[in-house]
Amino acid sequence: MDVERTYGEVATRARQSLRDVERVPGACKPNSILTADNVRREFGGIVAVDVDHFEVQEGSITALIGPNGAGKTTFFNLLTGFDQPNSGSWRFQGKDMSKVASHRTATLGMVRTFQLTKSLTKLSVIENMRLGATDQKGEKWWNGLFSGVWKGQEAEITERADELLTRFQMSHMRDEYAGALSGGQRKLLEMARALMTNPTLVMLDEPMAGVNPALKQSLNEHIRGLRDQGMTVLFVEHDMDMVHDVSDWVIVMAEGRIIAEGTPDDIAKNSAVIDAYLGTRQGQSLLEEE
Amino acid sequence: MDWNLILENSLKGFIGINAVYFAIAALGLNVQFGYTGLLNFGQAGFMACGAYGLGMTAHYFDISFWWGIPLGILFSVILGLLMGIPTLRLRADYLAIVTIASAEIIRLVVRSVKFKTYFGGSDGINGFSSSFRALGSDFGIEESNQYGFWPFKFTGRELWVLIVGWLIVAVFGFVVYKLMKSPWGRVLKAIREDEDAVKSLGKNVYSYKMQSLILGGVIGTVSGMIFALDRGSVQPDNYSRDLTFYILTALVLGGVAKVSGSIVGSMMFWGLFTFMDNFLRQVAKDPVSIGNVTIMKSTQVGQLNFILIGITLILLMVYRPQGVFGNRKEMAFDGR
Repeated sequence: MDVERTYGEVATRARQSLRDVERVPGACKPNSILTADNVRREFGGIVAVDVDHFEVQEGSITALIGPNGAGKTTFFNLLTGFDQPNSGSWRFQGKDMSKVASHRTATLGMVRTFQLTKSLTKLSVIENMRLGATDQKGEKWWNGLFSGVWKGQEAEITERADELLTRFQMSHMRDEYAGALSGGQRKLLEMARALMTNPTLVMLDEPMAGVNPALKQSLNEHIRGLRDQGMTVLFVEHDMDMVHDVSDWVIVMAEGRIIAEGTPDDIAKNSAVIDAYLGTRQGQSLLEEE
Repeated sequence: MDWNLILENSLKGFIGINAVYFAIAALGLNVQFGYTGLLNFGQAGFMACGAYGLGMTAHYFDISFWWGIPLGILFSVILGLLMGIPTLRLRADYLAIVTIASAEIIRLVVRSVKFKTYFGGSDGINGFSSSFRALGSDFGIEESNQYGFWPFKFTGRELWVLIVGWLIVAVFGFVVYKLMKSPWGRVLKAIREDEDAVKSLGKNVYSYKMQSLILGGVIGTVSGMIFALDRGSVQPDNYSRDLTFYILTALVLGGVAKVSGSIVGSMMFWGLFTFMDNFLRQVAKDPVSIGNVTIMKSTQVGQLNFILIGITLILLMVYRPQGVFGNRKEMAFDGR
């Protein structure tokens, strides 16, 4: 199923910027927004993540794929401070993030979503959205009582939230409890809520899991939309059609390591990747190829 | 059977001082448990902080009784920090264990013989509420006069505590209501739903949980102060585990995460409790005997009362799990 797509200006630029990048694991990008070095995480004796070098090109959509248990989500958790590595360091826009607390990453412009959606079920959709805005004056307890201090900002936030809800076609659910949404709508809400933080890098952990095919198409559009607005997207995904359709660059992980990098077309032909997914060489390490 | 008396006492129980200090403590617990989802099983410890803060100032230090209020609040802030620092980063159940243990530690320390000179041992501290009572007379409420109309007849002594108490309930009710409508309250409610989601949106969850624990604790402290002022004494055994769980019961009865729930829940708890107690006492007055088995003795009133309260609560949980004021719709989304 090869649909001929017409790429927008931004997409073309993103693809062009990656044209000359070497197709090797841990390749250097011309304009890296997120760079990780020697990140290692062990659980007991098992090495979940062991990434020597990892770069994400600014303004592109990068997919992180790999078979189950490859360490993709663990790597995500490490990069966003939700888990601590045994060793390693990474920089976001040149800033060392290895010691930054998880809640600070969002304020620095790096926001993530979760594999299992975390919609705040007993809050309404619009409240979920408002929560996403950072630097709210009313979130200080001493300001809480004095609505005059935060009313203005709250109105701005609500306006922005409503715009995003309209963009994600969820404005009719505005005042429903988030718990009343379907699984796919929750994915949309989580993504929209993440955008409320005004991120520069959006990290999506399996945005397509449990989403019906019709909604997948619109999610694809939304993800492209993020890039076209100048954000960088890094996402973990299993749905290969979607990866092929959306991403500018693909990084493949297996057994905790990066085993291949390249454009979607390169990856589709890469024998190491095919082996990793289909396991043609059973019992052998996937890394022997290198 | 004196129905008149039963009714009078129940109605008084409904708005009486017990309902007042329960309502304040339940408001505090609601901030922690209802809104933030923190399992604080040590509200009695916070209340003890307030009561002892007040008692110790008036009795041992040669300073004005009013200094007891900031002192009690200081105690509870310290207690909140001590409980929160090690546990708030962990899962919710750890906080539950630590809070219940801390409250017990406080009770056992203040009742110990070793510290009798400071805390008065198991006798507690007495006779410190005179300045508070004097203030009542300044406002023209004479201690020994009768005020009110049937069924709400109170002595001036009771009336003064009630007025102050209900004012405090109103103030804290308003404060909690406003705070929970603010973005700050929104963060707390979001933390109750999912900590990681809130963290990923750039909020310092640990700090918010600490703020919630301390705010709820300080409100609980004030409840302890009202309780102590009413009794005119502080006794360590009043601040045992039972107290925390009765307050929690009142809160659940009224409905969690609702300001009205904590207040009316406490009123209903004590209204119901007083009604049962009075009713059973009347029954026990002329006990019915079958052969030589007496159906109801006056010594059994207390136990039976608690059994019936328990059954009522079980029925409530089965048929109206959201409490009296709770939101049924919210309950429906409990499964995450």
